[in-house]
Amino acid sequence: MFEPTPQVDLSSGKYLKLWQGPQHPGITGNMALELTTMGDEIVDCKTHVGYLHRGFEKLMERRTFIQNFPIVCRIAVPEPTFNEYLYAAVVEELTGIESPERAEWIRTLNLELMRLASYLMWLGGIGAAFGQGTVYQWTVTHRDYILDLFEEMTGARVYHMYIVPGGVRGRLPEGFEERCNDVLNRVEKLLFDVEKVLFNNFVFKKRTKGLGVIAPEMVDQYGITGPNQRAAGFVRDLRRDAPYLVYDQLEFDVITATESDAYARSWVRYQEMHQGIRMLRQCLERTPREGPFQARMPNVLHWEVPAGETYVKAECTRGEYGYYMVTDGSEYVRRVHVRGPSYTHAIALMEKLAVGTNIADTAGLMVSLHTYPPEIER
Amino acid sequence: MSTATDLLERFGTNYRISEVNEQKADLTFFKVPKDQAVRLLRELRDDAGYTHLAFLTNIDYIERGIFTLNYMLHNYDTRHTLGMHVDLDRDNAEMESIHNMWAQAATYQRELREMYGIRFPGSPRLDDDFCLEGWDQIPPMRKEFDTAAFSLARFYSRDGRGTEDPREHMKQQLYPTHTDDAPEGGN
Amino acid sequence: MKDMDKSFKKDTETEFPLREEMRPHQVTAPDGQVIDIDPLQDYFCQEPPKVHAKSYFKIVEDFYNWARAHSLWILGFGTGCGAIEMRPLMTPRFDAYRYGIQWRPTPRQANLLVISGYLSVKTLKRAIRAYEQMPAPKYVVGLGSCTINGGMYWDSYNTINKFDEFLPVDLYITGCMPRPEVLMAGVLELKKKIKEGRADGANRYVENFEWYKANQKRVIKNWNMPDYNW
Repeated sequence: MFEPTPQVDLSSGKYLKLWQGPQHPGITGNMALELTTMGDEIVDCKTHVGYLHRGFEKLMERRTFIQNFPIVCRIAVPEPTFNEYLYAAVVEELTGIESPERAEWIRTLNLELMRLASYLMWLGGIGAAFGQGTVYQWTVTHRDYILDLFEEMTGARVYHMYIVPGGVRGRLPEGFEERCNDVLNRVEKLLFDVEKVLFNNFVFKKRTKGLGVIAPEMVDQYGITGPNQRAAGFVRDLRRDAPYLVYDQLEFDVITATESDAYARSWVRYQEMHQGIRMLRQCLERTPREGPFQARMPNVLHWEVPAGETYVKAECTRGEYGYYMVTDGSEYVRRVHVRGPSYTHAIALMEKLAVGTNIADTAGLMVSLHTYPPEIER
Repeated sequence: MSTATDLLERFGTNYRISEVNEQKADLTFFKVPKDQAVRLLRELRDDAGYTHLAFLTNIDYIERGIFTLNYMLHNYDTRHTLGMHVDLDRDNAEMESIHNMWAQAATYQRELREMYGIRFPGSPRLDDDFCLEGWDQIPPMRKEFDTAAFSLARFYSRDGRGTEDPREHMKQQLYPTHTDDAPEGGN
Repeated sequence: MKDMDKSFKKDTETEFPLREEMRPHQVTAPDGQVIDIDPLQDYFCQEPPKVHAKSYFKIVEDFYNWARAHSLWILGFGTGCGAIEMRPLMTPRFDAYRYGIQWRPTPRQANLLVISGYLSVKTLKRAIRAYEQMPAPKYVVGLGSCTINGGMYWDSYNTINKFDEFLPVDLYITGCMPRPEVLMAGVLELKKKIKEGRADGANRYVENFEWYKANQKRVIKNWNMPDYNW
């Protein structure tokens, strides 16, 4: 529900208008908070986005379907794979192409690895936001080992361009399972260390408990999804509720919490990393070694997708990530809309939660909501 | 809980629902007229359990002179998604605001105002800059806006960028003897 | 391009109205004193930039350059996607700190501006401000193909295509996105340039000030700040 912001009289001398960002170490990515403060307390918060706006939806309208495939991964920088998968899935649904089973398994493996890497960076972020720089050093280094696996699998560290419509671009390399298992063991060991250092840390507990509480009735009003929603006590996970790829064959638990503050959200994400490792181990064991990894495709240079519209969504680290596509039977797409979960978390929700906290906690609050600006403005 | 078709039949007595399209088992699209849209949205949210507004977006049908707003609603209990289409006049696009029903709708409406020029009277901070700053052209997501021409006119491009039409390239370099007379559509 | 249709214009008062806090206004201090403020005059220093003169003796200048090359302090401003590959550089695996590189939170302490990837018009304005606030001698590195010729977004209506039209670039690093190793190689190359005294971007900016400003204003339409602000 929209609540009007309080009218503050800046000329009264009681309030101070303070910009945090876009060039500020306490901001996730390139966005800005316009804070009105009274002393240390935030009275009003406005978010300013658009510093990363590239006009993807417009660019996609003037590229053919296969030309879109290399640019979609650039929409969300820390988690490009979800864009690749969703674009592939939405095109496959409209054209009726079915990707082979082996490709589905490799895609799941790819997505879960990406989820783990993204969470590792987030873990470093929340550590750094609350003064635990050591955690940042550890986790970003371990994320790098995962990026090495990606490089081995796909040839690129960050923008893989691996999940193509119809399947994946290549098979898993020789000996990938052992190396991946090795990295997973290392990450798991790191996570137990992080639990000792961060989640049992008195300062961290003291600062995050009770920070940014999302009331359960806010969840639907604000369109909150993902771990932010699960930390408020809702057992909702698209991987379980609307299984895509091979998630219906994997065993995992949906992690929830009830406190719904920054600590609970962090704890939910931390537990989800363990679930991710569990799923990755199952994937490594069960991914078929034989069979095709790419469906038979039409000539993609002049590929006409039949007219239609659909919406495909997946559970990424922040919540519901979705692609809505409308085609009109030509070589070009009529309209694509990318639904990034940060859109509502970073703007409407952040503006609501920041009021009443103090300046020093805005960075931690933002990281605890896990927002990425590039997917907001696209 | 009934299926989507039953649900739409239930609302069909009071609302002029048309173009129902069951895209897949958990996704249905339909169209309502502009004056009934917000009332139906409220009823869907309060009575039918479609509490989650996934997004609000717009499709530009320039050849028919209309904008089509798409409200994507999700029901967490039946795990069903509804896409509600509302047609607007393209030249005088205005729509009732739903910022009182969902908090994030105000942001979507700001974006649509900036990208398409659709007005949502009453929506907060509607005329503030959202993504663009100092924009002096027509709203960029409208189909008549040519982004490449604008980019070349304003930002210039560095020399040396070539374009290759793959079809022409293959014709000239790889298959010089090939003719286009072969039957089309052999995808 | 077609002239803009008036019906799309959001605010008809002026072409681009100043933000509310940028207009002249009065502030009452807690002790009751009323202060008139004209932000465009009072919040910025309007002194034009000066050429950073070289030392008279070559050996002294060489020493300065050697020292500058070994303390490159990067402004922590992630303007685009390249920022994500800067993070591994800060961690033990690549450890850029051993080359005297570190990340600073404020432009006042930094002397190297790394534009990491595509630059939207809105960010360009902030990047110019950040650059002008940095103390000379300062260096600019453009990262990724987007800064060179627009890269993937060459036809986008909101990202610039040639970054060196707006700020003096000392070095470009190619790739989309550049790997951490490439960033390291690029920074080492920049060091070599600085030691040879060829990294004179800040002086080029002062000498061609009018040209740079004209280019910047061609793109940034709501220029509500003085020409040089630091």
